[in-house]
Amino acid sequence: MKLEGTVFKYGDNVDTDVIIPARYLNSSDPRELAAHCMEDIDKEFTSKVKCGDIIVAEKNFGCGSSREHAPIAIKAAGVSIVIAETFARIFYRNSINIGLPIMECPDAVKEIRAGDRVEVDLDSGTVTDVTLGKSWKGQAFPPFMQNIITAGGLIPYINSKS
Amino acid sequence: MGMTMTQKILAHAAGLKEVHAGDLIEANLDLVLGNDITSPVAIKEMDKFQSDEVFDKDKIALVMDHFIPNKDIKSAEHCKCVREYARRHDITNYFDVGQMGIEHALLPEKGLVVAGDVVIGADSHTCTYGALGAFSTGVGSTDMAAGCVTGKAWFKVPSAIRINLTGKLQEYVSGKDVILHIIGRIGVDGALYKSMEFTGEGVAELSMDDRFTIANMAIEAGGKNGIFPVDEKTTAYMKEHSTKTWTVFEADPDAEYEEELTVDLSALRPTVAFPHLPENARTIDEVGEIRIDQAVIGSCTNGRISDLRIAAKVLEGRKVAPDVRCIIIPATQKIYLQALEEGLLKTFIEAGAVVSTPTCGPCLGGYMGILAGGERCVSTTNRNFVGRMGAVDSEIYLASPAVAAASAVAGKIVSPEMI
Repeated sequence: MKLEGTVFKYGDNVDTDVIIPARYLNSSDPRELAAHCMEDIDKEFTSKVKCGDIIVAEKNFGCGSSREHAPIAIKAAGVSIVIAETFARIFYRNSINIGLPIMECPDAVKEIRAGDRVEVDLDSGTVTDVTLGKSWKGQAFPPFMQNIITAGGLIPYINSKS
Repeated sequence: MGMTMTQKILAHAAGLKEVHAGDLIEANLDLVLGNDITSPVAIKEMDKFQSDEVFDKDKIALVMDHFIPNKDIKSAEHCKCVREYARRHDITNYFDVGQMGIEHALLPEKGLVVAGDVVIGADSHTCTYGALGAFSTGVGSTDMAAGCVTGKAWFKVPSAIRINLTGKLQEYVSGKDVILHIIGRIGVDGALYKSMEFTGEGVAELSMDDRFTIANMAIEAGGKNGIFPVDEKTTAYMKEHSTKTWTVFEADPDAEYEEELTVDLSALRPTVAFPHLPENARTIDEVGEIRIDQAVIGSCTNGRISDLRIAAKVLEGRKVAPDVRCIIIPATQKIYLQALEEGLLKTFIEAGAVVSTPTCGPCLGGYMGILAGGERCVSTTNRNFVGRMGAVDSEIYLASPAVAAASAVAGKIVSPEMI
């Protein structure tokens, strides 16, 4: 599967409180959550993001609260993949479980700039910055996690086994 | 090669003789937890199962604690959804207004977690129960949904950091200072994907409440879990609170640790984490002049009886500074009642603080103490991220109950010995 979009770039330790502030957690509707995605660190995100766009961030993306509302908001905002140097573990799990593509690719994160056009080939794990004309190889998922993603999330995966 | 304490618990729960860091395993769960924010998402997910029958109605805990008593119509709808689910499935451990408390204070108090258990909770601070020698970790709503129906969860077996505690805490230094000090040393991703295994002679010097506070904030270092060995204090606590049988697991002498850290408890000073990350730790001596608008004493980190006792000791016969709002939140109904009987609530009210029914409210910027732009709060909670307690340009300073109470009196961040 190939993904392509414009990059929104962030730094270290983007926490789930800024991805979706708790004042909006009285809702679990993906569209409502998406309308406030990233607003505490990037007021323009929701007005600028287009379907397919890509978030690129540095270390420990998604740290803090376990709220699944965070990857849900990102996915519903139209983001096709999050690429980071590392992910906080609960966000990592949640993304796999709900079917939001994520990838650890420290080398790509170092060079990709905000606004660049980036392509990701999920099957080969290749990240290409079309603007810069450079490619990198991301960390592949272990087969077990790949199976969950292929099934469309944890629950379809469990259903498929039983 | 030997196993860590966490690895031994996971191997047992997966029915395996041994496991190694990095192995992917499926473990049987002793308890699955959810709250009023995360459970509605899980309940919606459960519809995708062919059957949403629960694996064991006694092994699911649903605690309404974040936005309750309902702060608005939407929160009320969420609680209603969970309440109806609990009734439909006859969930034994459903806790609503009147019986509820902040989940991570409530579950140990109700005896629902004991040593050797494997617990997942759709709340990041589920790691608190490591204080009891259990493996417990935070997950999202989908994992909770799968856990409620199948009674199982998948885990990547973690490697570990061994944290060797020596010495004894000085007066007005507590578990909160220990964990803020550690996060200050290793950073907010210093234990990413790993267990934090506490050990050493210093463990015996820590109260159970101190251990709960320390394990609670393992997630703030990125940890998968924080865990303490089981000793006399642990067994005394479990005997008092639980009728469940427990199993004691110990790390093998030749267990492998990725990193080792020694913390001399005697040398620790009251510690404060500056905005906007828990790793920005400074000792009270390095704080300088930080005026505050609000002090919050409570949360799953520091809303237990010993936290309220120390706050009352500091506030006794003193007044909260005129330009400070001091909000005190006992973590459970039982703690609330105990504080009433011990006269702590009288001390708080006479000092000019307000006392609230148990809720997570202000910790995550839900309600009951939201900050306006530019305001500063000293708080015994666990996160000081941008906008966590209100306006994006407000500031949170994380500290112990002793420091928060003293700061409420002084109007600036100080330790009790400075007032």
